[in-house]
Amino acid sequence: MDYSAGKPIGPKAAEAMLPYMETFYGNASSLHTIGREAGQALEEARTQVAELINAEKKESIIFTSGATESNNLAIKGFAYRNRDRGTRIITSSIEHMSVVNPVKFLTTKGFESVFLPVDQYGFVKLENLEKELTEKTILVSIVYANGEIGTIEPVKEISQIVHSKKAYLHVDATAACGQIPIDVKTDGVDLLTISSNDIYGPKGVGALYIKEGIRLEPSFHGGGQERGLRSGTENMPGVIGFGKAAEIAKKEMKTESERLTLLRDKMIKELLKPIPYSFLNGHPTKRLPNNVSVRYSFIEGESMLLSLDIIGVAASSGSACTAKTLEPSHVLLATGLKHEEAHGSLMFSLGKHNTMEDVDYVTRAMPDIVKRLRAMSPLTPKELIE
Amino acid sequence: MYTDKVMDHFKNPRNMGEIPDADGIGTVGNPTCGDMMTIYIKVKDNRIEAIKFKTFGCGAAVATSSMVTEIAKGKTLAEAMKITRANVADSLGGLPPVKMHCSNLAADALHAAIEDYYKKQKEVKK
Repeated sequence: MDYSAGKPIGPKAAEAMLPYMETFYGNASSLHTIGREAGQALEEARTQVAELINAEKKESIIFTSGATESNNLAIKGFAYRNRDRGTRIITSSIEHMSVVNPVKFLTTKGFESVFLPVDQYGFVKLENLEKELTEKTILVSIVYANGEIGTIEPVKEISQIVHSKKAYLHVDATAACGQIPIDVKTDGVDLLTISSNDIYGPKGVGALYIKEGIRLEPSFHGGGQERGLRSGTENMPGVIGFGKAAEIAKKEMKTESERLTLLRDKMIKELLKPIPYSFLNGHPTKRLPNNVSVRYSFIEGESMLLSLDIIGVAASSGSACTAKTLEPSHVLLATGLKHEEAHGSLMFSLGKHNTMEDVDYVTRAMPDIVKRLRAMSPLTPKELIE
Repeated sequence: MYTDKVMDHFKNPRNMGEIPDADGIGTVGNPTCGDMMTIYIKVKDNRIEAIKFKTFGCGAAVATSSMVTEIAKGKTLAEAMKITRANVADSLGGLPPVKMHCSNLAADALHAAIEDYYKKQKEVKK
């Protein structure tokens, strides 16, 4: 139940990729037949991805090696290309590190950055955004929906505010794509990041939607592929798999998100109700259909993950002990949690292969896991220990 | 990531609990950091007669505190003071580098409990 860490490639997407590994191995830039076949398939995949987000034309989509590259290209590429118009970049305090770190990097190159605070649910406060949008602001980057706590940001309202101040909006839609309908036109987005693996396509591929008229400085210079914005021979099997996955995601989105919402809500209820000192992270309803994020007082996340792994359940946590940096999740801290509250967090991201039986299995096991760890903890109040 | 021995101590911790009338109590770490251990000892004839631990922390924190109580039980106070993080980590078959600080905490908690015992003894003498 840690689908946000990695998803299997859907069977139809995997099937679509195979011929492009051994048979249709042409380079889309070549003039001969083999090349042209690849070129055509590339453009079909581009159309499939464009349709998933209702992009005005397929040329607005460029393929990258994943969401991290797309975020880097959007933020650094836009900043470098437009720096004579302004050097101020606004983002939020709950972004993925592939947004945080490019923004931080830009501050070493003469740009200024603002990390907007969020409320206890993880919503960006619109009045703060308005206040921080000065005439030097060129770009605002806000996540569509946060993958740790599931909060879905008010993208339309954010877009209106950003555009009223003549700035541009980049949205990282990695976690949201495939779960909730994204329409770059009605949502008012100028740049949008999506990830292939997050919609059951192959890892190592992603896309950046770039609205017509927006100019970026490329990260990769070379043979000029992807309209000069992303040189390098295209990852054909990856792109084909991504395209197929996008087509399927669009078709199945409604039924799958309804199915996941039922699992999610039952799981949240059963993880909280039977266990005292348990809390929900994020908003109860304005959250991604697959996101279950909770916290338990007096115990620590990694030991919960180990206990779950022992019974065959994969999950995640915002505890410092589970991070490479040994820091607790900046997302949880941004919602106002204390360090020890972040350490006690537990996140499940549900996916295609999860069923109600899986939910029941985990929720039946959780009370004993928590009880055992609480019995060991010096922080547990006396009345909780039997 | 963890050795079988670490997982064994995590699943079946030794000496977990409190000693209400402990002769020495040592606490190290804090909940903000994500690791906190408390060790309780009962001392008789200068030996650790009984020892218990409580831990808030990750798998390595639980395993190292469990292991340090197992190593220390029955030893003289002087011997117990000499137990190092390396002793704890080695007895567990090793720890991932990023988790070595947990073994440090375990040894420190034990030493803190012994220091607390000595301090209490000095006060009794007064």
